[in-house]
Amino acid sequence: MYSAIVFLPLLGAIVAGLFGRLMGDRASQWVTTAPLLLAAVLSCIAFGRVIAGGAPVDVQVMRWIVSGTFESNWTLRFDALATVMCVVVTVVSGMVHVYSWGYMAHDKSIPRFFSYLSLFTFFMLMLVTADNFLQMFFGWEGVGLASYLLIGFWYDRPSANAAAIKAFLVNRVGDFGFALGILGTFLAFNAVSFDTVFADVPAMAGKSFAFLGFEADIMTTLCLLLFIGAMGKSAQLGLHTWLPDAMEGPTPVSALIHAATMVTAGVFMVVRLSPMFEASETALTVVTVVGATTAIFAASVGLVQNDIKRVIAYSTCSQLGYMFFAAGVSAYSAAIFHLTTHAFFKALLFLGAGSVIHAMSGEQDMRKMGGIWRKIPLTYAYMWIGSLALGGLPFFAGYFSKDLIIESAFAAKTGVGQYAFWLGVIAAALTAFYSWRLLFLTFHGDSRADHDVLHHVHESPLSMTVPMGVLAAGAVFSGVALAGLFTGEDSAAFWGKSIFVAANHTALADAHHVPGWVKGLPIAVAVGGILVAWQFYIRRPGLAPALAAEFPEVHTFLYNKWYFDEAYDWLFVRPAKAIGRGLWLGGDGRVIDGFGPNGIAAVTIDFARRAARLQTGYLYHYAFAMLIGVAAFVSYYLFGK
Amino acid sequence: MQGWPLLSLTTFVPLIGAAFILMIRGEKEIVARNARNVALWTSLITLLLALMTWANFDPRTAAFQLEEQAAWIPAFGITYHMGVDGISMFFVVLSAFLTPICVLASWDAIRERVREYMLAFLVLETLMIGMFCALDIVLFYLFFEGVLIPMFLIIGIWGGPRRVYSAFKFFLYTLLGSVLMLVAILAIYFTAGMTDIPALMKYAFARDMQMWLWLAFFASFAVKVPMWPLHTWLPDAHVEAPTAGSVILAGVLLKMGGYGFLRFSLPMMPLASDFFAPLIFALSIVAVIYTSLVALAQEDMKKLIAYSSVAHMGFVTVGIFTFNVQGIQGAIFQMLSHGVVSAALFLCVGVVYDRMHSRLIATYGGLVHRMPFYAAAFMVFTLASVGLPGTSGFVGEMLVLVGAYQASTWVAALTATGVVLGAAYMLWLYRRVIFGELEKPELKAILDLDRREIAVFVPLVAAVIWMGVYPSSFLDLMHASVQNLVDNYQAAIKAETAAQAQVLLPGGAP
Repeated sequence: MYSAIVFLPLLGAIVAGLFGRLMGDRASQWVTTAPLLLAAVLSCIAFGRVIAGGAPVDVQVMRWIVSGTFESNWTLRFDALATVMCVVVTVVSGMVHVYSWGYMAHDKSIPRFFSYLSLFTFFMLMLVTADNFLQMFFGWEGVGLASYLLIGFWYDRPSANAAAIKAFLVNRVGDFGFALGILGTFLAFNAVSFDTVFADVPAMAGKSFAFLGFEADIMTTLCLLLFIGAMGKSAQLGLHTWLPDAMEGPTPVSALIHAATMVTAGVFMVVRLSPMFEASETALTVVTVVGATTAIFAASVGLVQNDIKRVIAYSTCSQLGYMFFAAGVSAYSAAIFHLTTHAFFKALLFLGAGSVIHAMSGEQDMRKMGGIWRKIPLTYAYMWIGSLALGGLPFFAGYFSKDLIIESAFAAKTGVGQYAFWLGVIAAALTAFYSWRLLFLTFHGDSRADHDVLHHVHESPLSMTVPMGVLAAGAVFSGVALAGLFTGEDSAAFWGKSIFVAANHTALADAHHVPGWVKGLPIAVAVGGILVAWQFYIRRPGLAPALAAEFPEVHTFLYNKWYFDEAYDWLFVRPAKAIGRGLWLGGDGRVIDGFGPNGIAAVTIDFARRAARLQTGYLYHYAFAMLIGVAAFVSYYLFGK
Repeated sequence: MQGWPLLSLTTFVPLIGAAFILMIRGEKEIVARNARNVALWTSLITLLLALMTWANFDPRTAAFQLEEQAAWIPAFGITYHMGVDGISMFFVVLSAFLTPICVLASWDAIRERVREYMLAFLVLETLMIGMFCALDIVLFYLFFEGVLIPMFLIIGIWGGPRRVYSAFKFFLYTLLGSVLMLVAILAIYFTAGMTDIPALMKYAFARDMQMWLWLAFFASFAVKVPMWPLHTWLPDAHVEAPTAGSVILAGVLLKMGGYGFLRFSLPMMPLASDFFAPLIFALSIVAVIYTSLVALAQEDMKKLIAYSSVAHMGFVTVGIFTFNVQGIQGAIFQMLSHGVVSAALFLCVGVVYDRMHSRLIATYGGLVHRMPFYAAAFMVFTLASVGLPGTSGFVGEMLVLVGAYQASTWVAALTATGVVLGAAYMLWLYRRVIFGELEKPELKAILDLDRREIAVFVPLVAAVIWMGVYPSSFLDLMHASVQNLVDNYQAAIKAETAAQAQVLLPGGAP
């Protein structure tokens, strides 16, 4: 059963990928969706077993890379953490598969799309069930590949191709850190399996080793390197630039990969490696600061974007920041809790946005929407549910998980904890503002769309609304249902050995006993954010442009996403291309060939012409060059002696 | 099976096929057809024999296996000595695997002098396999040098417009290196008084002698690998060579350098290898970064892949000179993987070159619309080249980095940058050739892979994925030999350190 969870999606992907053209669209949809839904059911059963107190299960598949003491096998590990992730991945993926039946109905490469989706799910499941670093890296790179393929799914569009390559390359930069972290772990622990490494962490804590010429603390160095990988995959500040561009992919892809699952892999990694991160206060501090800064940065950019998907993308980036600073204050189970609820409501928001785009004949610019809520009431309702959950309004899923994170940051009683707390609160206000800005701009006010487009606006088919309904149920109930299990009094028993928290890191437990104003503040600012959005976009629609005109620098700065893309282009992309060209023409052409073969050949030809006009032909020249070499060597040899 | 001269058979069956081809007479078309068929079947039989070698290989021992020895030039103690160990065995299989693929790839592409072309390939196969099996240094040298001749002819006769310049550049470089190696081989003979490789591996050369021998061998191997800055012959040779020529050049000939380091430099000159390792690291890191950047700027597909070869071979040389099991196994695996992947990439270029007669990236774009199978195969090889886990490219790179990390974190970190840059130029290439809209009118009628081409690509795709998912089938077989190599190396270093301590200690007495 356990292997089936992981390999059923692969089976679907292979069959649809190889024979999709022969089988046709409908068969390809079945052959991928059915195994996935089955895998989702099996995951839920596995999850049930863990809740019932079942022991973790390891499934040995086969040997992978074994070289001397370096040993890494294909093994599937189903403990509490992995099972939770399996449920999230397969359920959201299953819903996205079904949704795509309707959303992609008019596409001309349906088998390819479904094959990629299932392939992604397989890699993601390999990632979350890994029992060693290398297999995790396999899944890690695999989801990156699937993301690359799906962002560039519409390969006719230059912008989609560029976004796909950008996603792959930025992730590669992160993976560079991840790979160095894995290598360093092997160097320090002489193993890459989680069990062996985690068991030895206490012995390594506080020790140092030589790294790039420095004497560096082992655990801090390793954790920071691994965290670079997490930053790439989870689009944290500095390595986030690929995520908004990734919205070039079809919307179901954005929901599955760039909201619910793949981008959370970084958070998962930090939680999975909690025994290592717990051994380094420095690393935890960095995680907290990066997470909190990303939360506020992305929320600020989300305020002014006009593309409906980009707003949600920045929102994802920001929410991932929350998850990271939760992990940074050792509230790992809160991070996973938020990861789970976020998967539901953010996938819902994306699918809702997809439904809007579908209804608007492909339009994504909110400036050309408005006033359509009566025409697509179901989508409108789902978007409200998603936004309420994202905003953290009471009793929706985000209320439980996000508030707990903010409270944990406060309860950490450290400087960075306070930093994360305040930024988290401000970001919560911004989140509410941009979410309702999106709702108001898209659905309310006067319509700004063409007559033709407006005429075609219609509610989406059942294949799209039903999966959204399932996710909406998750967005409403997953918080209240899972809060006790994931983060309650007995949660330690549930997580077992899959999450490790040092004894002196009590932020999560203390979070339940913070002052009342700390608990109330996130809700208050969220309501405030909603009211401001209402003021700006319903009551006095002219206010937003006026404000943008009043502070043009701020608006441009935010609108251009703090100029990260421009800076990177200027710092890395252009120089790399210029240097490459320079080395090729200058280095290879002029210097090496000039002084080397062409130079020697020229000299030899010249010499040969003068010395012996009897012979012509190439072999002669080269015999000469050969002789020069021999002579040089022999004389050097004798001279050297 | 016991008692068969399996290695000699594998080595010389292609030569028998070549003799058959020589005997073919008749009309041009018939000669061509028969030559193709004879070459294909001969190379397939050779592949079968090579696979039997694999099947009969005992992974438990580091000693040479399937040995054959016969007197050859008794006056100088030179014998015909063949045998394989875990290091060389897979190169025999690789050579035998790629030759039938080359024959198939040239099926329609070569129309002139088909008989001579097939002849050249079969002779080349004999020489390549012989080189990897030879256990006498003179025999090795003959094969090693002999490879040059058919390759030179293949580039020079069936190559592109600048073939003569390229062929000579190739010849100049490799011969210059080889001559130095010949001097070194003579020096070995006069010092040690023997030419048997297994015996020489146990012979301890004096430290000074090792230095000079190492440099001489280095000159030859570094050109073959090729290491920066001796690499500039490679892009030219590849660009002008016919597709199958590029396949063998990238697939097997480049591996001769790496193999040479493993067979001669490390076991026979451990002290010199230790001394020069920083030089190798420096050159390799420069190669990885420099050629990756250069590859970014290329407009010619073959040149781009040629430069990427130099970068990938940089990983190999780093791995070899880490002197630990992971590094060396990684280097060997990387060579095998690169042998398959770069060969496949050159075949990919060949497919569209046969149709459009252009290697320029700008000629293409949007091929996926007309050539979905081609796009899929090209994608697999691109990903393998990028080193995606689950493909062959990852295993070698990862093990090399594991090895390098133990040697020096700087070396590992700098080498690893090649992984990022490699992704950049390969994806950029793929995007420009395959993706986008099919706008160019001359591409509107381009055809997808035909059955012959699919037959070429299927085994390559299978190899890439098999090697990536279950590399144990390779790593386990080479482990004993590599472990033995590392142990002997470390013993030699330890002995030298002890000897130096001996010299220093009494001297310090007064």
